[in-house]
Amino acid sequence: MLWEAVRLAFTAIIRNKLRSFLTVLGVVIGVAAVIAMLTVGEGSSAQVKASVERLGTNVLVLRPGRVRMGPPSGEPAPRFTLKDAAALSELSIVAHVAPQAAATYPLVAGNANTSAQVSGTTADYLMVQNWPLALGRAFEPGEEASGAAVCLLGQTVRDKLFGSADPLGETLRVRGLACEVIGVLSARGAGSFGQDQDEVVLIPVKTMHRRLQGDTDVGSITVALLKSVASADGIRTVQVLMRERREIDIGEADDFSVTDMKDFNTLLTGVNSVMTGLLSAVAAVSLLVGGIGIMNIMLVSVTERTREIGIRLAVGASGGQVLMQFLIEAVVLSVLGGVLGIAVGLALAWGGSVYLAIPFTPSALVIALAFGFSAVVGVVFGFFPARRAARMDPIEALRHQ
Amino acid sequence: MSAPLISFRNVARSYGAGEAEVRALDGVSFDIRPGEFVSIMGPSGSGKSTAMNIIGCLDRPTSGEYLFKGIPAQGLDQDRRALLRRHALGFVFQGFNLLARQSALENVELPLIYKGLPAAERRALAREALRKVGLEGRESHDPSQLSGGQQQRVAIARALAGGPEVILADEPTGNLDSARGHEIMRLLQALNREEGITIVMVTHEDDIAHYAGRLMVFTDGHLTRDEPVKERA
Ligand SMILES: Nc1ncnc2c1ncn2[C@@H]1O[C@H](COP(=O)(O)OP(=O)(O)O)[C@@H](O)[C@H]1O
Ligand SMILES: [Mg+2]
Repeated sequence: MLWEAVRLAFTAIIRNKLRSFLTVLGVVIGVAAVIAMLTVGEGSSAQVKASVERLGTNVLVLRPGRVRMGPPSGEPAPRFTLKDAAALSELSIVAHVAPQAAATYPLVAGNANTSAQVSGTTADYLMVQNWPLALGRAFEPGEEASGAAVCLLGQTVRDKLFGSADPLGETLRVRGLACEVIGVLSARGAGSFGQDQDEVVLIPVKTMHRRLQGDTDVGSITVALLKSVASADGIRTVQVLMRERREIDIGEADDFSVTDMKDFNTLLTGVNSVMTGLLSAVAAVSLLVGGIGIMNIMLVSVTERTREIGIRLAVGASGGQVLMQFLIEAVVLSVLGGVLGIAVGLALAWGGSVYLAIPFTPSALVIALAFGFSAVVGVVFGFFPARRAARMDPIEALRHQ
Repeated sequence: MSAPLISFRNVARSYGAGEAEVRALDGVSFDIRPGEFVSIMGPSGSGKSTAMNIIGCLDRPTSGEYLFKGIPAQGLDQDRRALLRRHALGFVFQGFNLLARQSALENVELPLIYKGLPAAERRALAREALRKVGLEGRESHDPSQLSGGQQQRVAIARALAGGPEVILADEPTGNLDSARGHEIMRLLQALNREEGITIVMVTHEDDIAHYAGRLMVFTDGHLTRDEPVKERA
């Protein structure tokens, strides 16, 4: 009986393909939205989580300039220098310090060229970032001190300029400066904003200053605290030192910021879940609209098939059996919409994750939930039309033209 | 004499109330025994269909008693009446009332679905019923591909498939030409004689009515004549 009803439902749905499709469009859109949102949301929080783990604990980033709301005011805050980095590394609570001076420069190797962020830093940067090399070696102290023309390539730069060839020992021209490739960084994938972290070239910071940038500014300093140090304490110590070095009077605000990367990533995760919640609400509304669409078309269908209902009642169908038939038809309709929506949603999520360069993480639970929800929509919105069919008077129904 | 299969005890059925009240049946009593073939005649609006609907458990009397096999059927709830239709009654209508876009076989299977029979058994019973009405080889035809007479045979096969005790036929030849009408009557007569199925049939035509063994005439909601059929057409 159940199987008969399902078969019958399919027959009725196939008979009115276009109408059925338009009817379930609401459910398709609702389910697709839920699936796409949750899958992308999941992927980006996985991304954030991974980058938190990669950074390790207790990493602070120092940047010049006030943290403030509103328009920028007055003169820009002074930049950091290598002396600031040196002073920071003197602190007993600090494990590693890596200054960075970065700019985007054209890159040429043989016939290939591209451009990427070139970051002047020290070998400690790899420690701070917990970023192992895939090939070659890091800068040696001598190279750092003398400002040697050597470089480390991110995977994307390596792929673009050297393809699968071995780049070690080759020459990379950074805005005309010939640098020897001494190492390749391991692949990192996308950052918290979806940027490609592998589109980067590292050179010794002195090389950057002397031979490319022409000044001795340091854009940011990354500090890894010792594991035993609480990050709040670390931040305070770093702030005190930097205020002293930058001669900020008591009562005046800092002209630099110290960000705990952990907090930053927690914030991102929070933003993510708010977005997910908001978009899920939108999806719920469109499921509701989809359900009303199904109810509407089922009412039309019940009216159109009044005579059929009369015949079924006359040959011995009970009201319950007629109710079941139409309820199952509504459920089959909305579950078909749900399945279509799941497919569309996964496709969108896949596209989205490629575009945002985050992992594509379809969740069986989310898919099962979407499936369940569409079945529930069918039951809830199919019930009223089905009950109308079940309560028909067989004589009246048979007389219906 | 065997116990009656169908008993009307002063059955009345009225529509509307007060001034507008229509007494479609106004105190009708009769018994029909198993194996009888009864024709009901009477002018239009005399209550024939109303009586058939009550016998078929599609409708209930406003007053009086309707007993099916001694059971007061008017007291049964909707589901029990559905069960009675499913297991003991078969309907044949003037307008055939087949499901369009479903094959002859599927139409005949319909009551068997509600009996909960497995597909293979259903199919076998439906084929057998179609064979009995002479439609072997037409199983996969849609109603639209069949003539009126053939469609009415499918309807009879559908009524027959469930193994009913009574077939109720309300003007079964009303939409057919005379020759086709007589074919249908010979079929019903054979089912009555060979399978022992009780048949109650409404008709306007004398020669059709004469296939039955008993004739009842309704006038204005009253049973005005009830007699054996003397000669056969
Ligand atoms: N649903 C109904 N509502 C109101 N009056 C009805 C209804 N059904 C039948 N009647 C009336 O009951 C009377 C008997 O009808 P019916 O049994 O169909 O007659 P017959 O089949 O003998 O032509 C007629 O006057 C008809 O108008
Ligand atoms: Mg009538």
